[in-house]
Amino acid sequence: MVSNIWNFWTPDQPVLSAIIWVVLIIAVMYMARTPAHQAIFTITHSFRNALRLMGRSIMLAEAKLGRRNSEVLLAHGREATERYIEREFQRVEELVSRDLSGYPSLQRDLKEQITRIDEDYVQSGEVPPQPPEWLKAIQAVAEIPSTGSPVVAKILSDIHGTLKKSMDKNVNEYRNANKERHNLLKRMMPYWRSLTKILTSVEKKITGLETRSNIIDEQMDRYEKIMEKTDYAERMLSSSSLTQFFISGFVLFIATIGGYVNFQLVALPMSEMVGAGSYLGSVRSSDVAALFIIAIEVTLGLFLMESIGVTRLFPVISTLDDRKRKIIIWVTFSFLFVFASIESSLAYMRDMLASDREALTQILSGVEVVEPAFRWIPSVGQMVMGFILPFALTFVAIPLESFIHSSRTVFGLVLIWLLHMLSFVIRLAGNLINGLGRFLVSVYDLVIFFPLRIEQLIKSKKTEGGHGTDKSMEPSHAVTE
Amino acid sequence: MKKLYAFILSFLVLFLTACSEPTNHSRAVYMLLDTSGTYTKQLEKAQGIVRYLLGVLNSGDSLALARVDSASFSEKDIVAKVTFDLRPSQANAQKRAFMEVMDKFAAEVKGSSYTDITGGMLQAIEYLNETGAGEKHILIFSDLKEEIKKGHIRDFPIPFDGVKVVALNVTKLHSDNVDPREYMERVDNWSKRVEDGGGSWRVINDLERLSGLLE
Repeated sequence: MVSNIWNFWTPDQPVLSAIIWVVLIIAVMYMARTPAHQAIFTITHSFRNALRLMGRSIMLAEAKLGRRNSEVLLAHGREATERYIEREFQRVEELVSRDLSGYPSLQRDLKEQITRIDEDYVQSGEVPPQPPEWLKAIQAVAEIPSTGSPVVAKILSDIHGTLKKSMDKNVNEYRNANKERHNLLKRMMPYWRSLTKILTSVEKKITGLETRSNIIDEQMDRYEKIMEKTDYAERMLSSSSLTQFFISGFVLFIATIGGYVNFQLVALPMSEMVGAGSYLGSVRSSDVAALFIIAIEVTLGLFLMESIGVTRLFPVISTLDDRKRKIIIWVTFSFLFVFASIESSLAYMRDMLASDREALTQILSGVEVVEPAFRWIPSVGQMVMGFILPFALTFVAIPLESFIHSSRTVFGLVLIWLLHMLSFVIRLAGNLINGLGRFLVSVYDLVIFFPLRIEQLIKSKKTEGGHGTDKSMEPSHAVTE
Repeated sequence: MKKLYAFILSFLVLFLTACSEPTNHSRAVYMLLDTSGTYTKQLEKAQGIVRYLLGVLNSGDSLALARVDSASFSEKDIVAKVTFDLRPSQANAQKRAFMEVMDKFAAEVKGSSYTDITGGMLQAIEYLNETGAGEKHILIFSDLKEEIKKGHIRDFPIPFDGVKVVALNVTKLHSDNVDPREYMERVDNWSKRVEDGGGSWRVINDLERLSGLLE
C-alpha cells in the first residue's frame, strides 16, 4: 500500500516518483510553516502550562503539608515539654514538701545544737586563778629584815610552807578546772558532728533543688523556643522525632517477637478448647482465639499504663479523677493477673500435649517411648514464661505511644519528600516537553532548509539593492516562541 | 520465620476472610488393602503407610481401613474407621486405638480368593461422601489385578467426583515380567476409569516418598 503511494506519479520509475513526493511534501511544509510552528508550540505550551500548574499545585500542597507537619511537630514538642516541666515541678514540690517542710524543726535542731555548743564553749572558757588576798600581807612579812632570829626564821619557814600548800592547792584546782574544760569540749564533739551532718543534709537538699531548677530552666528555654516557633526548635524536634520513630519501631519489633512466642504458647492448647478442626476463613479458630487473648492482654496493658499515667493515648482516661483511675488500675491489673494465670496453665497444657504428640510419633515410627530426664524443667519454664509474658507485653504501650506520635511526623516528612520529588518530576517533564517543541520546530525547518535558504538569499539580495546589508537569517514569516 | 509471617498475616487474613464463605479443611482417607493371594505378605508395608497417615492426619480428619476381598462392596470389609476428635488429646488416643486395630488385622488376615477392587472403590466413595470432608483420598494398596467372582457385575463407570486416588505399591506379577504391557494396561485402565469418573490418579511405588501422599 505504502509503495503504491510512493509510485503514484510515475509507476515505472519509483525513484522519480519518490523525488516528486519529497518535493511536494517540502513545498507543502514550507507553505504551512507558520501554522505548523504555531500548532507545535500551542500543543507543547499547553502541556507545559498544564504541568507547571500541576507542579505548582503540588508545591502548594507540599508547603501546606509542611506547615501542618511543623504545627503537629511543635504541638507535640510543646506538649512533651509541658509534661516534662510539669513532672519536674512535681519533683520539686515533692522535694520541698518532703525535705523543706521539715525545715522549721531542722532550724530548731540547729539552734539547739548551737546553743548547747555555745553554752559548753562559755563554760569551757579559761578563768585565770585569782591570787589570794593575803599574799600582800605575806609579802610585807617576808620583807621583814632577817636578824638571825630563830623566831623570824620559823615564821618565815611556816609562811613558806603555807605558801607552798596554797600553791599546790591552786595548781590542783587549776588542773581540775582544765580537766573539766576539756571534758566540756569533748562533750561538744557529738554536737559538732550532728551539726555538720545536718548542714550536709541541708546542702544536699539544696543542691538537689538547684539541679532540678537548672533542668526546669533548660526545659523552659526549650519551651520558649517552641512557642516562638523557631527553626532551631523545629529541627530539634524533627530530629528527636526521627530518633524516637526508629527506637520505638525497633522495640515494637522485639515486642512482636514476644507476642509471637506468646502466641505459640497459647495456640496449641486453645485447640483443645475450641477444637482443632474449626476454621474462621482460612485461619484456625484456635489461632484466632490465641490471637484474641494476646490482643486482650495488650489492650489491658494499654489501659493499665494509661491509668498509671505512663502514657497518654486515651484522653478520657487521663482526665478522670484519681479515684476512678485507681479503680481502672486495679480492674485491669486483676484481669491481667487472671489472663496471666490462664496463660500459665495453657502453657502447661501445651507441654502435656506436645509430650503426648511426641510419644505418639515415637510409637508410630516404631521407636520405644522414653521419658526424657528433667522433663519438668521445660514445663516449669513454659509456665513461668506464660505468666510473665502478659505483664511484659503491658510495656508495649510505651513504645507504641512514641511510635504513633513520631510516625505522624515521619510520615509527614516522607510525604513532603514524595510531593517534592513529584513536583520536580512534573516540572522537569514540562521543561522537556517545551524543549521537545523547539526540537520539533528545528527538525521541521531542517526538512525545508532548501526553500528557506532560497528565501533567505532572495531577501538578502533585495536588502542589498534597497537599504543595504541585512544579516538577519530569520525568514520573514518565522514564528517566534 | 515462616511461622512469624503466618502470625503477622493471620491478623490480616482474619479480617479479610471472616466474612467469606466457610471452607471445609477436613480430609478423609479411605485405604483399601488387597488381601488376595500372596499380597498379604506385603501388609507390613501397608502398616507403615497407615502409621504415616496417623502421623499426618489432624483433628477433624477421617480415616478408614478396608480390605479388598471377593466381594468388597460391603461395610463388613471396613476393618477400622475413625473421625478424629476436635481435641488433639482425644485424637491422639484414637490414633493409638486405630493402630492397635491395624496391627491386629495384619496379624490375623487371611487371603481372599477373588479381588473385587471395583466394589472396594464404590464402598470407599460412599464412605468418603458420607464424611462430607473437603478433601477425599482413596489409597489402594494392591497390584490392581482385579478378579471378579462369577455373576458379579463391575464393568460400569464409577463416579469419582473430586476424589484423589493413589495406587500404592503396585507390584509386578510374574506374568508382567513376561509381558510388561499387561502391567501398563492394568494401570492405564484404572487411571482412565478414575479420570473418566472425575477423579485424579497417581501411582506411588516408592514407599520412601510418602511425603506427598495426600497432596
